Amino acid sequence: MSATAGTVERVDLAATALRDLNQRLHDQAKAAEPIGHWQILNPSGAHALACGLDAPIEVEIMGHAGYYCAGMNKRATVTVHGNAGVGLAENIMSGVVRVTGNASQAAAATGRGGLVIVEGDASARCGISLKGADIVVRGSAGHMSAFMAQTGRMVVLGDAGDALGDSIYEARIYVRGSVKSLGADCVEKELRDDHRDEVADLLAAAGVEGVDPGEFRRYGSARKLYTFHVDNAGSY
Amino acid sequence: MCGIVGLFAKTDDVQVRLGAHLTSMLLEMNDRGPDSAGVAFYREPAPAGGSKLTLHHPDLGYEWAALAADAAAQFGGEPSAHRRENHAVVVVAAPADEAEAWVGRSHPEVRLMSAGGVIEIYKEVGLPRVFAERFGVAELDGSHALGHTRMATESRVTTDGSHPFSTGLDLCLVHNGSLSNHNRVRKDLRREGIVFRTENDSEVAAGYLMWRMREGATLDQALEGCLEDLDGFYTFAVGTADGFAVLRDPIACKPAVLAETDEWVAMASEYRAIATLPGAEGARIWEPEPATVYSWQREGVAA
Repeated sequence: MSATAGTVERVDLAATALRDLNQRLHDQAKAAEPIGHWQILNPSGAHALACGLDAPIEVEIMGHAGYYCAGMNKRATVTVHGNAGVGLAENIMSGVVRVTGNASQAAAATGRGGLVIVEGDASARCGISLKGADIVVRGSAGHMSAFMAQTGRMVVLGDAGDALGDSIYEARIYVRGSVKSLGADCVEKELRDDHRDEVADLLAAAGVEGVDPGEFRRYGSARKLYTFHVDNAGSY
Repeated sequence: MCGIVGLFAKTDDVQVRLGAHLTSMLLEMNDRGPDSAGVAFYREPAPAGGSKLTLHHPDLGYEWAALAADAAAQFGGEPSAHRRENHAVVVVAAPADEAEAWVGRSHPEVRLMSAGGVIEIYKEVGLPRVFAERFGVAELDGSHALGHTRMATESRVTTDGSHPFSTGLDLCLVHNGSLSNHNRVRKDLRREGIVFRTENDSEVAAGYLMWRMREGATLDQALEGCLEDLDGFYTFAVGTADGFAVLRDPIACKPAVLAETDEWVAMASEYRAIATLPGAEGARIWEPEPATVYSWQREGVAA
């Protein structure tokens, strides 16, 4: 990809200001030869780490990240080796964001594209207002996950909390474990072959092996709420 | 924003170093609450039949020894006052409610921060980092402790408006969030005889718990009452003589992370505070469910 491919650029946040790091990462979007591989040392839960990236680079965060890590990500692959705080990969556009531990509330909120992988648990409101991104949670997802999710896919290998998929539009949810309760207008739907293929593809993309896509149950919109009723179409 | 931290020791080793651990946690929450900070430590029980008061006077030269001598003249026992910055812990040879009433009558110039058998509350305006240094929080031991860093939204930045708030003997409350019906609830509670010193919303939550428990509710019942009677956003952590409890409102937007190992139970607004503790990487970690009371006591966990 570039002359510097193969080398790793290490940035120690104990010695470098967060803004300087983010600026350097942003500069890769315009760089003739972007630095392909970054490692961020001593992140110590800093907020807004590696936000707004727009380059085909790999960024590894060697520890815990705070709020809004990898927000608005485009093209980059960001890995958090630890836990992530609120709003991981918020409004992700493309690329991949992976967390080896847990993600706090609202992971992948409003995401438009790309893939978000949480290897531990995701807490409340995971995938809220999802607009096209894909999410794979190896553990469990908290309450109000996929609230008003419009499009995109969410796969949960563990359990889902209360009010899953409340007021959902056309996003598709797959859960392998139990669902504490379904939100308004969210119903279980038949898992057909094309859905099994879809789950298999998403699991493969997330690097999950040895899990049978047939173990999942599919959830989506019953299309009964106000906005789905044709008689209300003239109101807009 | 505001930051909350809490730590409950399960071993002697953590107990001895409780202040050092809690300080590390509090410093991680510095930026969440740069206006003021405070801690509640549960430590050094008062002798049987006696109690201890944590008192505040803005003047560093205030003669705490004279106040302690007055207490000894009133109730007997040896005068005992230990100053920590502009606070002091005074041990009194009388039950806490009597000691509290006495100090209010005889020494209206000092502010009561806490009363009970084991609790000590210290709080002050300014950066949490500076507070921890000034008050020597790291050198305190104890069975468990709560801490708070405040970013003020609902009322003035004062010592009285800082957290933790005393909610009765050996009880205290820290809060992250904002209550929207606090003026109405404060008015109702004043009619019930609860005294408020500030316009702070969190003090209303503290007063509410105090009132409910005065009327016979258990701590868990009082906390469940919050779900009915308090409107707004909150993560509460409540310290008790032998443990602590955590409650989030039914929406649960305000953050809270819990973690447990064989050595300790910890609670914080963000995981980064818990990451400072020994053994954090092997801890069981979860975010508390909305509208659910979690509590820890000596005997173990109940949720």
